[in-house]
Amino acid sequence: MEEIQSLMQGFAIALSFKNILLMFAGVILGVIIGVLPGLGGANGVAILLPLTFSMAQSPGGTTSAIILLSCIYWGALFGGAITSILFNIPGEPWSVATTFDGYPLAQKGRAGEALTAAFTSSFVGALIAVVMITFLSPVVARFALEFGPPEFFAVYLLTFCAFVGMSKEAPFKTIAAMMLGFALAAVGTDPVTGSLRLTFGQTHLLSGFDFLVAVIGLFGIGEILLTLEEGLEFRGTKAKMNMRVVLDTWRELPKYWLTSIRSSAVGCFMGIVPGGATPASFMSYGVARRFSKDGDKFGTGMVEGVVAPETAAHAAGTSALLPMLTLGVPGSPTAAVLLGGLLIWGLQPGPLLFVEQKDFVWGLIASMYLGNIVGLIVVLTCVPLFAAILRIPFAIVAPVIMVICAIGAYTVHNSIFDVWMMVVFGVIGYVFKKLNYPLAPLVLAIVLGDRAEASFRQAMLVSQGDMRIFFSTPLVGGLTGLALFLLLWPMVSAAVARMKRAPGA
Amino acid sequence: MTEGTSAKAAIKTRTMEIAVAIFILLCGAIVIYDSVRLGAKWGEDGPEAGYFPFYIGAILCVASVVNLMSALAAARRDHTNFVELGKLKLVFSVLAPTAVYVAMISPLGLYLASTLFIAFFMRWLGKYPWWLVGAVSIGNSVVFFLVFEMWFKIPLPKGPLEAALGLN
Repeated sequence: MEEIQSLMQGFAIALSFKNILLMFAGVILGVIIGVLPGLGGANGVAILLPLTFSMAQSPGGTTSAIILLSCIYWGALFGGAITSILFNIPGEPWSVATTFDGYPLAQKGRAGEALTAAFTSSFVGALIAVVMITFLSPVVARFALEFGPPEFFAVYLLTFCAFVGMSKEAPFKTIAAMMLGFALAAVGTDPVTGSLRLTFGQTHLLSGFDFLVAVIGLFGIGEILLTLEEGLEFRGTKAKMNMRVVLDTWRELPKYWLTSIRSSAVGCFMGIVPGGATPASFMSYGVARRFSKDGDKFGTGMVEGVVAPETAAHAAGTSALLPMLTLGVPGSPTAAVLLGGLLIWGLQPGPLLFVEQKDFVWGLIASMYLGNIVGLIVVLTCVPLFAAILRIPFAIVAPVIMVICAIGAYTVHNSIFDVWMMVVFGVIGYVFKKLNYPLAPLVLAIVLGDRAEASFRQAMLVSQGDMRIFFSTPLVGGLTGLALFLLLWPMVSAAVARMKRAPGA
Repeated sequence: MTEGTSAKAAIKTRTMEIAVAIFILLCGAIVIYDSVRLGAKWGEDGPEAGYFPFYIGAILCVASVVNLMSALAAARRDHTNFVELGKLKLVFSVLAPTAVYVAMISPLGLYLASTLFIAFFMRWLGKYPWWLVGAVSIGNSVVFFLVFEMWFKIPLPKGPLEAALGLN
């Protein structure tokens, strides 16, 4: 088993004192980021990314840097459950389904039980996803080594079409948001011909829009403005957490093993598909309700109703890293920011990473196992502390978060112009969120725009401008065909629904 | 936000939908205009600089036209509020000080500007006692100074205060 051997090497790298310290720091920071309104996984990682620039310079530093950032991601995933259960505020979109049964449980005074169930099932979901990454990603990477420009463009196309097909927002709003991202990515110097695009004589725009600034603005400032509308105070329930509650809940949890497996499967599959975490959590909640013998009691405070969405969301959030590592296509906004980090550190995400940067890849995969164990320990022991953070009034938290966002945007390129752009993106994020324009495809398009364009141009050069190259072989044709099918899926499903309704009407 | 109420609406959802669709349409038009200027055709040595963005702009325009049409079609039915007057005031009461804050970073330095911004925010919106305002706003900047300047050695913009204290 070559994978096991590589994984053991990875553990040897990840288990250094410095890296374990970084894991704890990352997870604790991540939970705080996940708990605070206005700071989520994506922009938390974006803000801290500039801090890793110097860290990545030292030998083996890129591995430490990715361990720190990915642990922030795990922490933020765990943190989302705390706000959903105690405060009925989903920190991330995929925590929405956790509030359905988590908050009622907390109101009944069983918050400790709900939290333990949520954390444990998150851990199980993540663990299953990491095992899948361990064994599946080398296979995918080996397969993808054969990919040429047309195949890569077809994969990008598939990614973006999947957003249109999977998103619950209006398809044309998804397309508009996505294309806006591509347009923003195109601003600046054209890498091939060197001509200036869409700059209109503005020197600030020469280097283009930085996706980190966009992420901090869209998710950070936009979120603060949205939270402000809800008022300045959060009212939550108190959680009693002690070893007894944890052990009692653990004794009860094996009952739901079938739900766990089902939810992990849904999560792993949907996580590989971009934008999958949120639909995965809703889907597995729905599936669990249908199959459970207490299905009609769902929504009144069932532990099973917490287990299902949390397992799926974590499995999806973790497996979103598989396409990021093997194909260079991130499955979620946070994975996109991590991918941007790799590019900044001088690593090329994609199949070659598994050949040229073995230590980095396997160190990261090993750190996923360890990071989730660290995460489980941290959240189980420190819930009251994290809940106390959320009780700090918003009038104190909001300006501090604004300052953190401003510093984050400034440190990307040491420019005040970026801080202004952050504010502009914040307003855009606020308006878009309220009108249901999805932000994830916008961010992904800004990150992937240049790479998608490069592979499109190379493919066009090969075929001398003939679009049929995207159907030239079964592989690329299959990918393109699947992409087009997903693109047209909203229309197909609408037509099917109309046909079903027609006979009865 | 209760649906269907039109009381004290600052902006209607339909107005905003139409405005955003037109804004994106304009963005698409700008992208197409600039792509054509650069050349969106097939050059001697392959695709020109505007080749790919031209398609982006075209799709952007088509998508926003569809969004505009559906917004116009829904306009008669949709009477929800995009934002109520009171909430809009709250949002602006945060946006305006933020803009002032960003403008102050260059002349005052980031640390002093942040201190003033947090102090203003806490006193004005939170109505906290002065001792707490002072402790949080000054403490925050001291912590950030230690983290960025000392620990990570990332210099942030500094102004006259740091110069006077000899911290440059």
